[in-house]
Amino acid sequence: MSEIKKTLLSSAAQESIDRWMKRYPADQKRSAVLEALRIVQEENGGWLTVELMDAVAEFLEMAPIAVYEIVSFYSMYNVKPVGRYVLNVCTNISCMLSDSERIVDHIKKRLEIGINETTADGRFTLREVECLAACAAAPAMQVGKKYYEHLTPDKVDAILEELE
Amino acid sequence: MADIEIEIDGKKLQANPDAMVMQVADAAGIYIPRFCYHKHLSIAANCRMCLVEVEKAPKPMPACATPVMPGMKVFTRSAKALAAQKAVMEFLLINHPLDCPICDQGGECELQDLAMGYGPDKSFYHEGKRSVKDKDIGPLISTEMTRCIQCTRCVRFGAETAGFRELGATGRGERMEIGTYIQHAMESEVSGNIIDLCPVGALTSKPFRFTARAWELEQYPSIAAHDCLGSNIYVHTLRGKVMRVVPHENDEINQTWISDRDRYSYEGLNHEDRLEKPRIRKQDGWQETDWQTALEFATQGLQRVLNAEGGNELAALASPNSTLEEFYLLQKLLRSLGSSNIDHRLRQSDFSDQETSPIFPGLDMPIADLENRDVIVLLGCNLQKEEPIASLKVRKAALKGAKIIVVNMMDYDFHFNVSHKKIIAPHQFVDAVKELTNDPAIAEIVRNAKSLAVLLGAQSLNHLESSSIRFYAEKIASLANGTVGLLTEGCNAAGAWIAGAIPHRTAAGKPVSKIGLNAETILTDARKAYILLNVEPDLDCANSIAAINALDQAECVIALSTFKNPVLEQFADVILPVAPFTETSGTFVNAEGKWQKFKGVVTPLGETRPAWKVLRVMANFLKCEGFEFESSEKVREEVHELFLQGTAGASSPRPSRKEHPSPAALRASTSPTRGEVRISRVGEIPIYSGDNIQRRAKALQATQPIIEGNVAVVKIHPLTAEKLHLKEMEPAIIKQFENRIRLTVIFDTRVPENAAYIAGGITATSGLSQLFGPVEIHKA
Repeated sequence: MSEIKKTLLSSAAQESIDRWMKRYPADQKRSAVLEALRIVQEENGGWLTVELMDAVAEFLEMAPIAVYEIVSFYSMYNVKPVGRYVLNVCTNISCMLSDSERIVDHIKKRLEIGINETTADGRFTLREVECLAACAAAPAMQVGKKYYEHLTPDKVDAILEELE
Repeated sequence: MADIEIEIDGKKLQANPDAMVMQVADAAGIYIPRFCYHKHLSIAANCRMCLVEVEKAPKPMPACATPVMPGMKVFTRSAKALAAQKAVMEFLLINHPLDCPICDQGGECELQDLAMGYGPDKSFYHEGKRSVKDKDIGPLISTEMTRCIQCTRCVRFGAETAGFRELGATGRGERMEIGTYIQHAMESEVSGNIIDLCPVGALTSKPFRFTARAWELEQYPSIAAHDCLGSNIYVHTLRGKVMRVVPHENDEINQTWISDRDRYSYEGLNHEDRLEKPRIRKQDGWQETDWQTALEFATQGLQRVLNAEGGNELAALASPNSTLEEFYLLQKLLRSLGSSNIDHRLRQSDFSDQETSPIFPGLDMPIADLENRDVIVLLGCNLQKEEPIASLKVRKAALKGAKIIVVNMMDYDFHFNVSHKKIIAPHQFVDAVKELTNDPAIAEIVRNAKSLAVLLGAQSLNHLESSSIRFYAEKIASLANGTVGLLTEGCNAAGAWIAGAIPHRTAAGKPVSKIGLNAETILTDARKAYILLNVEPDLDCANSIAAINALDQAECVIALSTFKNPVLEQFADVILPVAPFTETSGTFVNAEGKWQKFKGVVTPLGETRPAWKVLRVMANFLKCEGFEFESSEKVREEVHELFLQGTAGASSPRPSRKEHPSPAALRASTSPTRGEVRISRVGEIPIYSGDNIQRRAKALQATQPIIEGNVAVVKIHPLTAEKLHLKEMEPAIIKQFENRIRLTVIFDTRVPENAAYIAGGITATSGLSQLFGPVEIHKA
C-alpha cells in the first residue's frame, strides 16, 4: 500500500495509446482498449501478463475484469508466452471443407508440436482459429499481419522456411 | 408522453411508451418466464427465455427487450410462444446438470421451476456436458459454476448497482465462464445480493449451504438490526433456529437488496457465546441460577446503592441497537428511581449541543430521496462501509450527475465519483469543514445546488467536536436550503431519542428538570451502580478504558446481555441473558423516522428473556409505578401516544431544526486545545466490528480482513512516519493521555498527515480513551 503507484507501461506505449484515445470522447477512454492491448502486447513480445492487463485497465480507467474479458474473448491476444511467429490456421467451415485439417496435421508433424504449443526453439506457435474472413481463398492462415491463402503442404513448407 | 394501449394475451393494457413488454406484463400480473431480466438491472436479453409472440412479427421476440408500440398485440402463451420458450429451455438444459436433489438451490431454483413448466420430461441429449471449474470468491459465497446459465445478472449487479465490477464473463462461446479471472475474494459490501439474483445454484450462501432445504424453512418478516436504514428482511428459520436472512422488498428503503452485514450477521445469533441462564456473582465465582433469584439479587443490590446514595449514583448505558420499547422501559425505570444518567450514544464524545437537537437525529429526508439529490456533501463518513444501502443510493445520484463533495479523515475509495475531496486529520477537521466553502469551486457547486444534502457519518458524530461539525454543516446546508442528515450508529438511535434514552429528555423530547450524565461522563465520573443493556464496555464505548475502570469501581453492575463478554464477567454482579432482535418483539425507528415493528421469529434460546420483560419485572421488584405492560405492543402504544402529543400530532414528524449554539460557546468542551495536537487518532470502527452480533458472525469476521486488512495495527502516512522515525511492520507504542498500547506500524497513504488510523471496536485498542483524540506514537 505504501509505494506510489507507477505504471508498467513504457512511455512509448503510453504515447501511442494517448494518440488512440484522442479519437474517442474524453469520458470514454475505454474505447481505446483493443488498440492499447495490441500495442502493449507487441511491446512485450507477443503476449500479455496480468500485470500489463492491470496497467492497461488503470491507464484507461476500467475495471481490471473488463480487460480480462476482452483479452480472453479475442483470439489475437495471448496470455501465455508464444513463439516469434504464431501460425493461426483457420479451421472454420470454408477452410474445413477445403481440408484445413491436412494443413494443421502437416504443421504438427513438421514442427513436432500440437495445437497451442510452441517449438522448442521458440520460433513457432500453432493455433487453430475461427473464420479469418478469407473463405474465397480457403484454406487460409494468418501469421502476424500477413494472410497466406490457398494453402497446400508444400506451400506451408515454403512459408515456414521463409520465417526465420 | 401519454400512455399507449397494447394488448397482452387478449387483455387491453395502458403502457408507458418507453416501457418494454416485460415491464407492462409484470405490472399487469401476467407472468413471462425469464432468467436474465431483473427489474433493477439493465436489460441484457441474453437468456431468451422470455420469447413471446408479437402480432405481425415474423419471429418470437424477447419480451424484456421489445419496446411497446401502439396497438401491439402480444401472446405469451400461444403455440408459437410456448414452442419458442420450450426450445430455449431445452438449450439451457443441455449443459446444466440435471441433479437438482444434490443442489443447494433445489426447491427455490428459477431454472428448476421453469423446467417443470417448460422443460421436456425426457432429455434427448446424450453428448458430454460442459463442466466449469468452481471459483473461490471468499467466505460469503459458494460457487458451483457448472450450474451457471450465464444470465450475467451477477456481473451486471456488480457493474451497475454495487459499482464494483469484480465478476465478469471471460472466454467466449462454449468456453465462456463467469468468474473473477484472477482468483480473489469478493470485496463488495453488498456482494451477497448476487446469491438472490442467481437464478440457479451457481452462487449460493456459503454459511447456509446444505444446512436446510427451502421447503423446510419458515419465513418471517423482520427488520435488519445493524444500520440506521432499517432494511426490511425475511428471516428463515428451521425448528427454532435462524438459518439465514434474505431481503424483503421495500422500495422506500432497500428495494430488493440488503448489505452483507444484514445478511450474514445472523451467524452471531447462534454463536457459542450466547448466554442461556441468569448468573449471579457469589464469593466463589459465577453461579447460574433461576430468574427469580437473579432478579432479587439484582434489585437488592440496586436498592442498597439507592438507599445509601440516592438515585444520582445510578447510571444506565444501552446499545443503540436496543428496541424502542427497551429504551423506553429502561429510561422510565431509571427516572422512577430518580436518575437521568442514561445514554445510548456510546461512541460519541461531544454532547454540548444536545439541548438544541431535534426530537431525534436522522436523515431529515426520505431515504429513497437520496438518489434524487444533485449535490451531496459527505462529512466524516465512510458511507459505503457504514451504510451500504444508503451508499447505493448516493451512487445512483452520482450516476445521474450529482456532484459529491467529501471531507474525510481517511481517503476512502468510493464506488461513486467524487468531484472534490479534502482529507484531513481529526484535529484539523472542524476547520476544514468551516472553510469548505472558501474554496470557490466548491462554493459554486453548493450555492447552485437544486437539492443539497449534507450527510454526517459516524466519524463526524463520534468526533470530539461533533457539535461544531453539526454547526458548520448547517451553515453549508443553509447556502442552498439543503438538509443535514445524521447517519447515526446502530439501528435505533432515533428510537432511543424518541423513547428518552438520553440524559436531557424523557420520551418524545420532553426536557427533564435535572440533566443527567451523558455516555462519556457516566464513565469518567464513575457511579456506584450501573445497568448495561447489551453493552460490551471494552468494545462499544468511545472511552473504553474509562468504561472498564468505572465498572471495576462500581458496587453494583447489572448487565443485560445476549452474549458473554470478558469485561462483564470480570466486573458485573449479575448477568441476565436477554433476547436479540430475532427473539423479541419490538420497534426500530430508522433514520427517516419510520417506526418499523417486528415480531420475534424464534423462541428465546434457553432461559433467555426479551429485555423489555426483564426491565418491566425489575421495575415491579423495585415497586416502581406505571409498569403494568402485558406486551411490548402496549409499551409501544404508550411511547407513541407521548410522541403524538410531543409532536403536536404531526403524522410524519420532521425533526425540527433549531439553531445550534455557536462553536465558540462550545469550545469549553472536552476537547484539548487544537494547536497543541500533533497527531490525532482516526478511530474508525472496522466494517464488521460495530456491534455484539456482527462481531460473532464467523463469515463476516473472515471477510473483514479481506476488505480492510489487519485492523489491529496503526496505519500512518509514510511522511508522518518519517517525522516520527517509525518503520513499517515494526511495533510502536501508542500513548493517549496516561494510557499506552502497542501496535504494529503500517504505512498507508490514505491516512492524512498528522493522523493515525487506530480502529475502535476491537480488543487491541480498548486500552485507549478517545476515538478521535490526540495520540503520541513512539518507536517501541
